[in-house]
Amino acid sequence: MINFSRSLEPNNTMVIPTPFHERSFAANRRGHWTSWAGYTIADEYTHADLEYFAVRNQCGVFDLTPMIKYHISGVDAEAYLNKLFTRDIRKIKASQVAYVLFCNESGYTLDDGTLFKFSNSEYIFCSQDRHLPWLLDSAIGFDVEIKDRTDKIAALAVQGPTSAAILKRMGLDGIENLPPFQMQSFQYQRDDLIVSRTGFTGDLGYELWIDPYLAIKLWDDLFTCGQNYGIEPFGSKALEMLRIEAGFILPHKDFLPANHVIRVNRGRTPFELGYGRLVDFDKGFFNGRQALLKAQQNGPRYQLVGLEIDGNKPAYDAWIYQNKRKNVGTITSAMWSPSCKTNIALAWLDANAKTDNLWVDIYTNKELKWHKNMVSCKVVKRPFFNPARRNAVPALDF
Amino acid sequence: MNNYDAIVIGAGHNGLVNACYLARADLKTLVLERNPYIGGASVTRELYPGFSYTNCSYVCSLFRPEIFRQLELSRHGLQVIPYDGGCTFTQDGNYLATYNDHEAQRREFARFSARDAEAYDDYATDVMRHCRFIKPWLLRTPPDPVSRKAKDIKGLWQLYKDLQVLTEAQIYDTLEFYTISCGDYLNRYFESDVIKGHISNSSIIGTGLGPYSPGSAYVLLHHYMGEVDGRIGSWGVARGGMGAIANALASSFKASQGEIKTDCSVENLIVKEGKAVGVALENGDEYYADTIVSNLDVKRTFLKVVDKQHLPQDFVTQVQQFKIRGSSGKLNIALDGMPTFPALPEGSTAIRGHVNIIDSMERLERGYDDWKNGTWSKDPFVDLLIPTQTDPTMVPPGKQMMSVFVQYAPPVLNTGEWTEEDKQAFGQTVIDAIAQYSPDFKDLILHAEIRTPQDIENEAGLTQGNIFHGELTLDQLLFNRPIPGYAQYRSPIPGFYMCGSSTHPGGGVMGAPGANAAREILADKRMTV
Repeated sequence: MINFSRSLEPNNTMVIPTPFHERSFAANRRGHWTSWAGYTIADEYTHADLEYFAVRNQCGVFDLTPMIKYHISGVDAEAYLNKLFTRDIRKIKASQVAYVLFCNESGYTLDDGTLFKFSNSEYIFCSQDRHLPWLLDSAIGFDVEIKDRTDKIAALAVQGPTSAAILKRMGLDGIENLPPFQMQSFQYQRDDLIVSRTGFTGDLGYELWIDPYLAIKLWDDLFTCGQNYGIEPFGSKALEMLRIEAGFILPHKDFLPANHVIRVNRGRTPFELGYGRLVDFDKGFFNGRQALLKAQQNGPRYQLVGLEIDGNKPAYDAWIYQNKRKNVGTITSAMWSPSCKTNIALAWLDANAKTDNLWVDIYTNKELKWHKNMVSCKVVKRPFFNPARRNAVPALDF
Repeated sequence: MNNYDAIVIGAGHNGLVNACYLARADLKTLVLERNPYIGGASVTRELYPGFSYTNCSYVCSLFRPEIFRQLELSRHGLQVIPYDGGCTFTQDGNYLATYNDHEAQRREFARFSARDAEAYDDYATDVMRHCRFIKPWLLRTPPDPVSRKAKDIKGLWQLYKDLQVLTEAQIYDTLEFYTISCGDYLNRYFESDVIKGHISNSSIIGTGLGPYSPGSAYVLLHHYMGEVDGRIGSWGVARGGMGAIANALASSFKASQGEIKTDCSVENLIVKEGKAVGVALENGDEYYADTIVSNLDVKRTFLKVVDKQHLPQDFVTQVQQFKIRGSSGKLNIALDGMPTFPALPEGSTAIRGHVNIIDSMERLERGYDDWKNGTWSKDPFVDLLIPTQTDPTMVPPGKQMMSVFVQYAPPVLNTGEWTEEDKQAFGQTVIDAIAQYSPDFKDLILHAEIRTPQDIENEAGLTQGNIFHGELTLDQLLFNRPIPGYAQYRSPIPGFYMCGSSTHPGGGVMGAPGANAAREILADKRMTV
């Protein structure tokens, strides 16, 4: 339990509460917390498996506030972002949310994230990591203003089959018609509630963005309206399961942001991450362009793949072998998928590795005795779990 | 009776490390110490009843874990305890604290600059890359670039290979890093004067450089590359004070049948037929061995202990020109209780670590100007630590011991040698500077030991009081340390070796020069530990 009654100076507390803390604290019956970007958020409220199924079966609510949010505004905002990101920002329309990547000048990915476009001169960029120095340095010569708004915007992810129905009941008229990767502003109290049809779960779902003073009210409204729709809060442990099933990559786990790389060649290009389609060489200059052109010519050194693995023991941190002998890669994220009833993983394979006859070594502890198992696996398409409801317009009620 | 296999001059930590390895190779080894106590600058002394003063070096991070393990220092009683905290007070009544939690640190930096708060990650990544580059070289003998011996060519090839794991941009960055100033380096990452001042503190400690002097960026690294239990950049205190390190080494040495004689000041190296054969003491005693190792700094060794007639003139000239400028003094203060620092919030952990009172590189540089003018800084840099918060065994319950490292202070004043009056005025400058941030500090002082660079030279034997046995600039690092052609712990006189901090990899309570020298000595004897 964390005592937040004192001032929130770093001297007093290493972590700070989110605007939802009062509610998540009351809901956290298990008492497991974790720290994300300096905030304390629930790791597990009750049981990760049950929270996971709340999202896949009903509706889960996740406190997304610690997501880093940079507000970018100014007449040059579009031109600036077009230089910063690898994809063509000019093709993104207002109210659209775009998945974007950005690279350093060596062509290595600094981070991925979502870009919310309000107009040609106003955007919000959300990412896992902090990048203010890079964003500011890239802005030299552009008429833009970049502000960290992380603690000025409270955010909840409302995810799962009944999420649209709950939001409708809350009075967000027409929410069911909002297509994936679009956002809409609703009047809420005397303020704006921004709702985007986005998420990290690979299911039908929304993310709600609001001024922190309305956070508690929003939480309460959601849980009141969701009462008959199975609404439950979920923590970061369940989110990790959901995002692996959805095939999303996570910085520091599946790849290392280039500015954190100490050893050379540990960075990854967008091509290696499987996001070559997000690199647009036709749009003119952008950060990393020269290196990426070369990288495209030389071809990737590694490939990020999804794996289906025999058996039911997750292949945490395992090596991947060709023909049980030659090491050709490593697992970065692994889990038993409760929805697919399959043992799945994300992994790095050498680019030139053949994708047949692949094996992973899984160590299992059977009553304090370790067993080493060579288990067959195969490369599969991501996402591992991709329900039709995820992209249905209008969104279904359940 | 007076015949040994090896004699080590000076019972500082490197001398003892060296002697431990020699004794473990079954050499009958004698360590001679001028003072009545051992430890050199790694020493704990009771200078006021009930108070243990760790009155020279005061914290531990660089000491090589390999040596700790090989010499079984744990079994011989050594414990190194990490501490947290630390802060820089600003002139406007604020403070910048150090936290070991990443996000708490970021939020702390953000109080001064949101940009710098996030830039610290980039800075830490880059400095860590330099650490990784230099660290394996600490316990290696530097290869001689003009030699054609297989081991030197192998060493140079290793250096080349270490560079090749970097990208082009990183190689340029590395070459630059070893030559540019701390100021130029930090300006690449940070904008806040307070943050830059806070970080630059460790770029000048122990050196006759200012934060804008070329070469000072490397000194940052020298203070960053240490570790406690694998946590790079972490610092700790030796339980019982820094003398505990020397005592554990002495205990390990004696367990290998080593012998230590104190109150034995070596006056002369005895050379016969061009070979070192023994030493003559001031009291007229003589001890003999075919291996003599000097743990004294290179100037003291070759300009005082060795007769010039045995040395090539070029060598003597180079030793004379070796930069070993004293730049720091020290105050060790027994306190009646814990002083308060009103700028800090109540219960702050910042006070457990290093407290600095210079909040910009500009002020640091102005302090350096005073030193160049031959006087101590009127607005001094202090690195203040109250280690008794971490190790209360050193003082009576409720009392504290404050170690105050002070920079800059010249070895000789523009008015001439330090007088007692100068020394008191220097001490008063420092006490007044600290009192600006702690109103009850002066009233708590029970006893203060004031040490000028001259005192440090006289007591610990460090020429000019330079704590590193010589500047840590590229012209005096690696195969240039101390003298090109003599960077492999051997001297121009066969049988006579160097093992002090004047040799690679330099100063700090690291033990690496002593261990490296032992390896070379034993190689000459075709022995291993």
